[in-house]
Amino acid sequence: MNEIEENKIISEDTNSDDMKVLGDLTSSEYKWGFITDIESETAAKGLNEDVVRMISKKKNEPEWMTEWRLKAFRYWQKMEEPTWPNVHYPKIDFQDISYYSAPKQKPKLNSLEEVDPELLKTFEKLGIPLEEQKLLSGVAVDAVFDSVSVATTFRESLKEKGIIFCSISEAIKEHPELIKKYLGSVVPYTDNFYASLNAAVFSDGSFVWIPKGVRCPMELSTYFRINSQETGQFERTLIIAEEGAYVSYLEGCTAPIRDNNQLHAAVVELVTLDDAEIKYSTVQNWYPGDKEGKGGIYNFVTKRGACRGKNSKISWTQVETGSAITWKYPSCILQGDNSIGEFYSVAVTNNYQQADTGTKMIHLGKNTKSTVVSKGISAGYGNNSYRGLIRIGKNAEGARNYTQCDSMLMSDKCGAHTFPYIEVENESSKVEHEATTSKIGEDQIFYLNQRGISTEDAVNMIVNGFCKEVFKELPMEFAVEAQKLLAISLEGSVG
Amino acid sequence: MLSIKNLYANVDGKEILKGINLEIKAGEVHAIMGPNGSGKSTLANVLTGNKNYEVTNGNVLFEGRDLLDMDPETRAREGMFLAFQYPIEIPGISNATFLKTALNEIRKYNNLSELTSTEFLDRIKDKAKILGLDDTLISRAVNVGFSGGEKKRNEIFQMLMLEPKFVLLDETDSGLDIDALRIVSSGVNIYRNPNNAFLVVTHYQRLLNYIQPDYVHVLYKGKIIKSGGKELALELEEKGYDWIKSEELETEKV
Ligand SMILES: Nc1ncnc2c1ncn2[C@@H]1O[C@H](COP(=O)(O)OP(=O)(O)OP(=O)(O)O)[C@@H](O)[C@H]1O
Ligand SMILES: [Mg+2]
Repeated sequence: MNEIEENKIISEDTNSDDMKVLGDLTSSEYKWGFITDIESETAAKGLNEDVVRMISKKKNEPEWMTEWRLKAFRYWQKMEEPTWPNVHYPKIDFQDISYYSAPKQKPKLNSLEEVDPELLKTFEKLGIPLEEQKLLSGVAVDAVFDSVSVATTFRESLKEKGIIFCSISEAIKEHPELIKKYLGSVVPYTDNFYASLNAAVFSDGSFVWIPKGVRCPMELSTYFRINSQETGQFERTLIIAEEGAYVSYLEGCTAPIRDNNQLHAAVVELVTLDDAEIKYSTVQNWYPGDKEGKGGIYNFVTKRGACRGKNSKISWTQVETGSAITWKYPSCILQGDNSIGEFYSVAVTNNYQQADTGTKMIHLGKNTKSTVVSKGISAGYGNNSYRGLIRIGKNAEGARNYTQCDSMLMSDKCGAHTFPYIEVENESSKVEHEATTSKIGEDQIFYLNQRGISTEDAVNMIVNGFCKEVFKELPMEFAVEAQKLLAISLEGSVG
Repeated sequence: MLSIKNLYANVDGKEILKGINLEIKAGEVHAIMGPNGSGKSTLANVLTGNKNYEVTNGNVLFEGRDLLDMDPETRAREGMFLAFQYPIEIPGISNATFLKTALNEIRKYNNLSELTSTEFLDRIKDKAKILGLDDTLISRAVNVGFSGGEKKRNEIFQMLMLEPKFVLLDETDSGLDIDALRIVSSGVNIYRNPNNAFLVVTHYQRLLNYIQPDYVHVLYKGKIIKSGGKELALELEEKGYDWIKSEELETEKV
């Protein structure tokens, strides 16, 4: 029988010595690796029906939600852990993970003043402008700390437009009709091993609903932070754009330095109706593990969007620099006629990082279009795989896909692999695939050196040039952050 | 300005430069000629600090300081510039961004303030005009898809932008049509002044009609085997290299 340990759990390793050590790390080390000393309640390790019920109860969920979770859990129990991706890691013991951790606090937060100041400090360190007055940048932020959504800013001004932006736990209580209609409608709980696990134990995440004809006036953003040790993080995000609606959504993630691996298995579902558009951008910077490959986050995520309406559009843009292992394929189901799916990705693997990432573009409607631009950068002993599926269904008259898949190698010990799958059932469609692999040129670096540019800056310039097509898809501030992240994660990897 | 003493260098363990001696003073233009594979580009690479070229003996002073001790970017910031025989393509970085970064790095090193965007753009316009360089080439990615001649012109454009003290031109004339040759040469001549110096590598006397050298040297199998005034280039054009080679053989026997 699992019980929540109600007593204070303050991570043993959060003494001041540790913080000093962190401060001493050279600049090329992971900069977001601090641990927040905060009271939290964490469930004992292990997973069974009681744990699932406990999570649901903790969140005061209605009965139907508990049942949904249990169905997912029972389904998951019968599933096999998949082994087909081109990544290698020791078998995960799912009974050795805690499935719930929450900062201990008053039951309900009405304003930021009520948020634990330690938490706010953490978000400040991360550079997230949580306080309302700092939000002149026009980004509304939902911050998920370990498993729980901490604060959603800018809520009131969004409300005026009829936009709902809140934690998924709240949405379950306050907008059950939308949740019942859409949750699991793009990624059903039977979808895959990690999606089923997520459905059973998801703790929080963000919910966005944009009403018909409304253009969301600001970027919406969620910042994810794993703090507790040996805790899995399972967020669930659901975004719905009604007819003619538009929203741009940003997601950022960091975690402390831990020498054990932590599991992050999120699910993101997007739905666009007629003429609607969702732009989903991720800058993923989970702790990647140390130079020897010890520790780091396993980032096993299911992200999928359904272009249900005609002329609708979903674009995924991702910059993946963190995690020990990244395994995800943000995908689009292009159901509506003339709908458009896009995937722009930069994935970096340095040291012993591994990534198997790409997309699936499922063309069902007529004249559907998809564009895939993938840039893989491997350094050190990093291993980077692009895996992409383009499926053109029988009725997808006039469908088009263009895929461009470029790899850059920074060392002799790293790897780049491409696994394109193409399934075409409609002869009138057109599918194009281009792939290149290049080694970062010593002659390019020397050319820049000869013009007075240091090797480090030269590498950054060359890599940024390589990723330009993807960065230009990101909102401005994010593009700048992404460039910096890339520079940091590749620091010292050449020359 | 540049003093090369007894310089030996290897590539891939193979000795290419075998004791080069050369003195270049401010205000001078030196030309280096010599058969294919004699080591002209190797000399340019060694002087600019390409890591693939290993100096095994000798020393080089640049304005009285040990050049070989500096990394490539420091040499560039100290004012050494190489117009490459084969300019490199760098996708995704515009010529303008590249030049702005380079110029500011060099200025920072020399304790000068960074140029404002307006100052920078004015300079670009100025220099591009001298070379009749198309605006689109400035906003395009560095050398990507440039024609052979455009690449060469772009090298000289960079020289004018960065205002180096010492300029190495490695076969800048090859790949240029007759008009371009004239324009590029005039760009070099405009820049030429008593405070800077040039080392011009070429196979053809024609270039030296435009860029008149003070000295001409013949490099052969990694050694300078003959030096003279600009008339030496004419003589080479007429007679080829064989007569010097045999002269060299004679002296070797002695
Ligand atoms: N990176 C390199 N790797 C291997 N060999 C090299 C390299 N660079 C130069 N060499 C060799 O060194 C010798 C001299 O080459 P270099 O390019 O200096 O000649 P050059 O005088 O510039 O000739 P050209 O007139 O054809 O440009 C040649 O035999 C060449 O093959
Ligand atoms: Mg040469």
